[in-house]
Amino acid sequence: MGLKYDAIIIGGGHNGLVTAAYLAKAGKKVLVLEKRYLVGGASVTEEIFPGFKYTVFSYVVSLLRPDIVRDLRLAQHGLTILPLESTLTPLPNGDSLYRDGDHYRTLREIARHAPQDAAAYDDYGRSMVYMAKAVKYILGIVPPDPTTYHPQDLLGLVEMARHFLQLPADQLYLLAKLMTMSSADFLEQWFTCEPLKATMSASGIIGTYLGPRSPGTAYVLLHHYMGEIDGAFRAWGFAKGGTGGIANAIARAAQAFGAEIRVNAGVAQVLVKNGRVAGVVLENGDELQANVVVSSLDPKMTFLKLVDPTLFPPDLVQAIHTFNARGSSGKVNLALDALPELACKPGPGRHLAGAISISPSVEYLERAYDEAKYGEFSKRPYIDCIIPSVIDPHMAPPGKHVMSCFVQYAPYALNGGWTDAQREAFGDAVVDTLSEYMPNLKQIILHRQVLTPADIETTIGISQGNIFHGELSLSQLFFLRPAAGWAKYRTPIPGYWQCGSGTHPGGGIMGAPGQLAAQEILKTKN
Amino acid sequence: MPVPTPFHGRTAVLCESYDWRSWAGYLAVSVYEPSHEREYYAIRNSAAAIDVSPLFKYEISGPEAARLVDRIITRDVTKCRVGQVMYTPWCDEDGKLIDDGTVARLGENLFRLTAAEPNLRWFTDVGYGLEAQVRDVSQELAALSVQGPNSRAILKQVLTGVDLDGLGYFRLAQGEVAGVPVTVTRTGYTGDLGYELWIRPSAAELLWDALFAVGAGYGLMPAGMVALDIARIEAGLLLIEVDYKSAHHALIEAQKSSPYELGLGWAVALDGADFIGRRALRAEKARGSEWAFVGLEVDWLSLEKLFAQVGLPPQVAGRASRTAVPLYKNGRQIGQATSHTFSPILKKQIAIGQVRRTYAAPGTPLEIEITVEHVRQRARAVVVQTPFYNPPHKKA
Repeated sequence: MGLKYDAIIIGGGHNGLVTAAYLAKAGKKVLVLEKRYLVGGASVTEEIFPGFKYTVFSYVVSLLRPDIVRDLRLAQHGLTILPLESTLTPLPNGDSLYRDGDHYRTLREIARHAPQDAAAYDDYGRSMVYMAKAVKYILGIVPPDPTTYHPQDLLGLVEMARHFLQLPADQLYLLAKLMTMSSADFLEQWFTCEPLKATMSASGIIGTYLGPRSPGTAYVLLHHYMGEIDGAFRAWGFAKGGTGGIANAIARAAQAFGAEIRVNAGVAQVLVKNGRVAGVVLENGDELQANVVVSSLDPKMTFLKLVDPTLFPPDLVQAIHTFNARGSSGKVNLALDALPELACKPGPGRHLAGAISISPSVEYLERAYDEAKYGEFSKRPYIDCIIPSVIDPHMAPPGKHVMSCFVQYAPYALNGGWTDAQREAFGDAVVDTLSEYMPNLKQIILHRQVLTPADIETTIGISQGNIFHGELSLSQLFFLRPAAGWAKYRTPIPGYWQCGSGTHPGGGIMGAPGQLAAQEILKTKN
Repeated sequence: MPVPTPFHGRTAVLCESYDWRSWAGYLAVSVYEPSHEREYYAIRNSAAAIDVSPLFKYEISGPEAARLVDRIITRDVTKCRVGQVMYTPWCDEDGKLIDDGTVARLGENLFRLTAAEPNLRWFTDVGYGLEAQVRDVSQELAALSVQGPNSRAILKQVLTGVDLDGLGYFRLAQGEVAGVPVTVTRTGYTGDLGYELWIRPSAAELLWDALFAVGAGYGLMPAGMVALDIARIEAGLLLIEVDYKSAHHALIEAQKSSPYELGLGWAVALDGADFIGRRALRAEKARGSEWAFVGLEVDWLSLEKLFAQVGLPPQVAGRASRTAVPLYKNGRQIGQATSHTFSPILKKQIAIGQVRRTYAAPGTPLEIEITVEHVRQRARAVVVQTPFYNPPHKKA
């Protein structure tokens, strides 16, 4: 048996690192085990092509909790969030919809497409701030279980009821709609303009295996709006150095508090002795002891792979087995010899420092989903592009660029399965689609990295490549995430905990699951 | 009506916000884009070009030039070698600050001083009887500040005849851009790696174009005063008429400050040659100053609490404020914060200001006034050392 730790964290993704940092800050002897050569999980920056740094998987940040940034002194550990303030939606007819921090210009731009939408834009924005404020509360609490009579749960429920009941009636009604509607229907309460509706509703489908007309996607819209940078809701940013910059800052914070981080150290099995956790066995056969083992991996890994599932009640095993975690998105990263030229806005400019969204209409997105529903990748997918090197010039050699393209849909369970040929065909579909809006794209591509959900699964270990560790549907949120009765970061095995995106409040570079899990662990006698 | 600077032909087309201000009677861009954020982060993460031509510039030459400079400034100019630059305040007979700026020693008997306010009359008066000439060269030199971690990489490709890797902090060199002479000083107002370029006005646009031709690949952006203001507070740098009032403009004694009261004691060479204000400053040093300069960090939780009472997250991000607010200790006002800002890179609310001497020790807890929804509140703050932000690449 090797060294004894107070806590071993399986997985060096951002949530695992956050848990490690908080536990170490509380004086615990903590070890983080990461199977890859670098920490970050889906939040990594890698130089896949010499000189070009890809923000390989996740690419933007908004949801990272401000209290985590402060508690862990992440700014002092190198976290810098660069502004990402504009969204450009190029259209097939050569026109575009451009929105940025110039409020009145944005209104004029929307009015150019649909005057009544411009009039509704502020109303919508304010409503969403109300919604974000209302729901933000639950991001900071451990979900109380409504089925038990435990005083702590009852107290939590009362507090929550009090919080929501103090909302004005119109906000409560809107919240109910938001929880149940599709993102397209929800947005149609305000807007008619197709590119506006489509680009906004895209926030409701990111990471889900649902289309903009699928009920439940309005909530995901809100999930992407709850982000807060420096006191401003729904602000998105790009981390200096890519999302790896975030993971590295959290890792440095954890190390500064005394946590030990080991890379190239995959965990084969969690050791359970006499019904409680005893440590882990590494893939190389080494055994490490700890009273607490925390899995930051997704629920299927946590409950079905790392531990012998027979140690769990069958209903839990069944719930995790059917936990909806179908991967639906892929990623294409490009190294470019020059700036891409947009047909709708030729030449360089500030619009290239923001998001470029291939989402011309709701129908376009829904059609992209249709193909995925039946096991095909979208031939004309939804693509959310950013050009990190324009925002942070250190991402590519001077004058050269990297482009990050988040692509939906790419179903994990592709008809016939993902082969090399299918992967390249998917990459071609993405480049072909983009080329319709960026005529010079094909000429300037120096290198292309295509990642399918299958690649995401094999590279960073997320089951089925689901970026949220599990669908953000109402049936899988709050006290139901990842399974009824097991939403408080515990598992039936004493000392074995969960802290990944598959727990409340879910995915995105938020850190809240990792933070809440650490708080629960520290409160509990392990 | 402000007049254009030599860079106006370039800055005007880039200033899409049309947000200009007057700086010493010149048109200065406040912010080029709708928001200053990208300009701020250019200073901190890539590189920014800031038109600082409105600075007043004076050349002092002649056999007794060094003596004159020594009489003007509080620092010991005999320690300033040719090729060196010094930041310095200068004072009146009572040891009260008139202005602050840099002194560049271009030659044994040739100095260039920058100032925020007109100083020709003062410098001339101080030099009366000395074999030295003071010339206002403000109109003869355009000045462009290139600041940020990528500034050196850009300038290396733009300037010829300069060893930028060998050019130390607060040192100067002569170079050329397309055959036009440029003086480079490794100085700035941001606390970051940075340089200031001094060139004849007719070549200003040529310099600008050369910089941006190379700089685009390094994230070079033009930056305005709004972004600069945040950066200079993070660097703990003073601004005349905001953080102190020039003794030449003060209407009452209480408005004046000595270098000791502004954290510039390190720049007062009492043991060097005589300078204007030395006697007064020696006496002040002996008896102790009434006021002290401090940096303050506002306690975020206390800020959050004040805003939470009205149901808002802290609404502090945005532009820096130049409106002084009171500082309190045990319910009594003991000073004022003269500049304050949210620091985007540090994620902290910071301020600089003056307090009664006894409250100036780092770690001293104070209270700072903050207005939340029209109601004056007090947030907890603590005295800290400045600069708040001091990256290793500043001097590397």
